Amino acid sequence: MQAAKDSPLFPNRKAVKPEMDKLVLYLQYPFVRYALIVGVLIALCSSLLGVTLVLKRFSFIGDGLSHVAFGAMSVAAVLQLSNKMLIILPVTVISAVLLLRTGKNARIKGDAAIAMISVAALAFGYLLMNIFSTSSNLSGDVCSTLFGSTSILTLTPLEVWLCVALSVIVVLIFILYYNKIFAVTFDEDFAKATGTNTDAYNLMIAIIIAVIIVLAMNLVGSLLISALIIFPALSAMRIFNSFKKVTVCSAILSVISAFAGIVISILAGTPVGSTIVAVDAAVFAICFIIGLFRER
Amino acid sequence: MAFITATDLSLGYESQIIVKNLNFSVEQGDYLCIVGENGSGKTTLMKTLLHLRKPAGGQILTGDGLAANEIGYLPQQTVVQKDFPASVMEIVLSGCQGRYGFRPFYKKEEKLLACENMERMGISDLAGRCYRELSGGQQQRVLLARALCATRKVLLLDEPVAGLDPVVTSQMYELIAKLNTEGVTIIMISHDIAAALRYASHILHIGDTVFFGTREEYLASSEGQSFVSEQKGGEA
Repeated sequence: MQAAKDSPLFPNRKAVKPEMDKLVLYLQYPFVRYALIVGVLIALCSSLLGVTLVLKRFSFIGDGLSHVAFGAMSVAAVLQLSNKMLIILPVTVISAVLLLRTGKNARIKGDAAIAMISVAALAFGYLLMNIFSTSSNLSGDVCSTLFGSTSILTLTPLEVWLCVALSVIVVLIFILYYNKIFAVTFDEDFAKATGTNTDAYNLMIAIIIAVIIVLAMNLVGSLLISALIIFPALSAMRIFNSFKKVTVCSAILSVISAFAGIVISILAGTPVGSTIVAVDAAVFAICFIIGLFRER
Repeated sequence: MAFITATDLSLGYESQIIVKNLNFSVEQGDYLCIVGENGSGKTTLMKTLLHLRKPAGGQILTGDGLAANEIGYLPQQTVVQKDFPASVMEIVLSGCQGRYGFRPFYKKEEKLLACENMERMGISDLAGRCYRELSGGQQQRVLLARALCATRKVLLLDEPVAGLDPVVTSQMYELIAKLNTEGVTIIMISHDIAAALRYASHILHIGDTVFFGTREEYLASSEGQSFVSEQKGGEA
């Protein structure tokens, strides 16, 4: 951290070499390598389903679910559970299933339901943490849960392997069911009428999304998860015109942005989550401009 | 045994029945037009025929070698589809989806079937194009080709000409009529009673009064008479 503060804000050309040396030096530490592996994998998984969610008009589900996960996390903190995942994962999965179901004939429509659940979960989470505070630095705790903490730099090998395993499962499921996911996204009624079990696939999408969000909370914090899900998809949709190309492109963009974001944050000493999202936003701006030229 | 037989069918929600005691049947090769005012339950009837929702009463039987999921469907376009980044080929292929259970990828035959149906609809040259860049008429042809991938037997069309200009509308009707002569059974929801009377072999009129019969019977019936005179009044 000290080294990062010493480096000038805008390094001139001479400073490039020390920066490279610093990167090589940092890469020798296992925790930096873990952070890069986990960051890239989470970015890959979240971008895959991002395309489907954006097209189904569920862009905000990442936001809503991450707030739910935040609420669940504060419950777990209050109960002083050693393994918080035991509460966070089931609660988030259940909320995801409920939210994606409301798309059809619920009394409260999709966007309103997401807004309601996310705000309520956020409020209850903060309330619980405040009343039953077990920590001396409450606002620091809340801030790191929302905006991402340094927890990505303190991963244990077990957590890294868990993340690798879950990512492999998500990617495999996505590839195997790619055509079904396309059909369900493009036209749910048609898919259902011609014999595809759309409810099962919607359930599957909901569960995967919940798992990804819980994973991603370690990386960017609950507030910025939406960015990981929607930015790569929107960037890719500016440039490409077929579902396959958009999906592949969004995965590539997401992986590159996450990698670049983590490297920059290490070199410049900036917060990991916000840096990744800033890179994602910059990539979107570039894609937007390319898209404008393509239309001409 | 007919392809589709509806007996004592009621539509709507448990608290509110929109249509009661609907009886009709569709034979192989028929061209059935479902007409009626807005809110009379046409779209609900279609969703029930597709098994997307349960009937409030009565039953729908499929027979004569027609399985329940062998009905092709041309839905009204949704907002989601208007800016969907997908190529024409991807969309047409997705019509093959329902028939192959858990197999993850498409087989060669399915790709051939998709190409064949694009040929039939005259959109082979659009295969690589993006769906959202096409005109309304071209988009309808893409969705029709997709529906043909799902079935060789029965097509359900929900307002296939909504939002199309007159020239494209008549092309669309000719295309549907051509499919019908090739042996595809057509069930179409329409506002356009004049076209319904020109092309359909059978008419189902739902609303305050229910009528089901051939086109000739409909023209002779009181519902038909009042509808036709209304149309003429409207045109004059």
